[in-house]
Amino acid sequence: MSPVSRPTLLTGWGRTAPTAATVVRPRTAEQAAEALAQAGPRGALPRGLGRSYGDAAQAAGGLVLDCTELTGPPRFDPDRGEVTAPAGTGLRRLMAHLLRRGHFLPVTPGTGHVTLGGAIAADVHGKNHHVDSSIGAHVRSLTLLTPRGETLEIGPDHGDTDLFWATVGGMGLTGVITSARLAVHPVETAHMRVDTDRTGDLDSTLELMERTDHAYRYTVCWVDLLARGAATGRGVLTRAHHARVTDLPAPLRREPLRYRPGAPLSAPPWAPPRLLNRATVGAFNTAYYHAAPERRRGQAQPLGAFFHPLDQVRGWNRMYGPHGFVQYQFVVPFGEEDTLRHVVEGLSRAGAPSFLAVLKRMGEATPGPLSFPRPGWTLALDLPAEFPGLAGLLRGFDERVLAAGGRLYLAKDSRADAETVHAMYPDLPAWRKVRERVDPDGVLVSDLARRLRLV
Amino acid sequence: MRDSLGTVRTVLLLGGRSEIGLAVAERLVREGAREVVLAARGGVAEPPSVLKELGATVHSLEFDAEATDTHTATVAGAVGLVGDLDVVVDAFGVLGEQAEYDGDPHAAARSAAVNFTGHVSVDLAVAARLREQGHGTLVVLSSVAGVRVRRANFVYGSAKAGLDGFAQGLADSLHGSGARVLVVRPGYVATRMSAHVDPAPFPATSGQVAEAVAKGLRGKATTVWAPRVLRPVFTGMRLLPRPIWRRLGR
Repeated sequence: MSPVSRPTLLTGWGRTAPTAATVVRPRTAEQAAEALAQAGPRGALPRGLGRSYGDAAQAAGGLVLDCTELTGPPRFDPDRGEVTAPAGTGLRRLMAHLLRRGHFLPVTPGTGHVTLGGAIAADVHGKNHHVDSSIGAHVRSLTLLTPRGETLEIGPDHGDTDLFWATVGGMGLTGVITSARLAVHPVETAHMRVDTDRTGDLDSTLELMERTDHAYRYTVCWVDLLARGAATGRGVLTRAHHARVTDLPAPLRREPLRYRPGAPLSAPPWAPPRLLNRATVGAFNTAYYHAAPERRRGQAQPLGAFFHPLDQVRGWNRMYGPHGFVQYQFVVPFGEEDTLRHVVEGLSRAGAPSFLAVLKRMGEATPGPLSFPRPGWTLALDLPAEFPGLAGLLRGFDERVLAAGGRLYLAKDSRADAETVHAMYPDLPAWRKVRERVDPDGVLVSDLARRLRLV
Repeated sequence: MRDSLGTVRTVLLLGGRSEIGLAVAERLVREGAREVVLAARGGVAEPPSVLKELGATVHSLEFDAEATDTHTATVAGAVGLVGDLDVVVDAFGVLGEQAEYDGDPHAAARSAAVNFTGHVSVDLAVAARLREQGHGTLVVLSSVAGVRVRRANFVYGSAKAGLDGFAQGLADSLHGSGARVLVVRPGYVATRMSAHVDPAPFPATSGQVAEAVAKGLRGKATTVWAPRVLRPVFTGMRLLPRPIWRRLGR
């Protein structure tokens, strides 16, 4: 373990609101337990690859357990269709391991640069949420280190099941996940068979998604939030299945499971403020929209390009400049499309320069009290933190989302207020009860938890 | 905690009756702050109603700038009331007549004890707390009077010059700790404290100072001038030859 005695400034992926903490990097579960036992009055928190956008993985003045060295060879069990891996294993590495064995992760978020432990703690979802739910639904078992020094094996059907679900989506506030066992599924190739459609406006986007989602395992729609007037809410809808060997063009059939994710591009180390503004993002969005085919069927696309397009550019978050950016992601139940329209039109009117706006239909929720996904529409978008009037604009959206019975995603949030989030997560008191049982002294804490008074 | 858009939850105002300080507190409450501690000698029995009307909880805290041995306890008391200190506004001070000080060295020394020594001890106590909590901003109300000290108010000006230098050094010592110091240099601000002083060129209102502070807090600024034009003005003032500077009436 390499302890860093000097405080280190930490931020989330959005690079906003840095706070200082002492960082240690345990290599084994034993070292993690030792570190946790040394937490001082400002508490402790596990952290993964730092891809939550806001302040979920920082603990001001406390001890942060950087779990990215909590790794080791994954163990794949082909008979049960399961893989067990240390919690610090990156999903990209796990994906590569599984593909060599003809299997694939049950859920992968928009980046492969998250740890297994972090993915469970945020109960991440992917493009298959409408069919396969979030990652928590596929966790068979996990090992949790509690602040009192216990090591617990828990799962949806064994051990302390309440604690298991409080940990799925629990943002690292119930203990340190040290390893997990996931159900995985077989695939024939490392490619996707993708259908692409361009839509002219928000209504046709929603209609097309509603009508065709069920026929695909993976769907997602990129939305042009800067398009105005009749084109407001136009998008590019991509829907896919895992490609079978017979779907591939002949040259790819020789090594159908070959997976070569790379990050060929790197963002410059520094970008000026306001580089991403209405003009530059507007031009990008228009170009991106028109570069997409109006209608294409059965295109074979490598897994990496389909699932993790942004991983192609290392450090893309730096493009937002020194002030960083916020990501806003909410879900509203089906039938509350007006809220979606309100937000899309509001952003378009405000000229908010968002080039990563993603719309998706969600399916079944997991029982995690703090787990984000709920059946309905989810919209995720990035905005520069320096955009004038952003706080008020987003507060207005919060009210609409709450009134519609929706909620914000804690792994993305960096600015909501506590009362709003409490109202969005009515199961918070139940979650707190479980947490108080395993962490009566309140050792585990994060900036997010302090800001939103979760604990 | 300060959020990604610069909104804070808690504010401690040292100098709980300071008009500029209260304007900053009000501004922060308008932007979302929910807990305000007003620290002043004897506490603040009747805080301005606007803070409560805007939805903040207002606490009163005993704070004696001259009793430097109590300052660590004062800061701990504020933490006990509201938890982590997101923004601390150090705004207390006295502004006497230079002529009076000329005739009463003891009164001059007492004013320096408030305007400089008191800040040294309480700001160090605040800095220790911010360092421990790993985040937070200390806003120090300096003054252009300290940028180049004038003969018309050199007791006050020299204390402010000392405070300004102290705050800059403190800022540097906190670099990398998650805590931050914002030095604010207003020009003439019409308040009760300055009522006996003739207005100077480029005056600001306390609301304008508050706005400049709020803007500085949102970004990464280390120094704020209010109004902004005072920065180039005083860059020039500093270059004036002494004989000319001395002859300036005020």
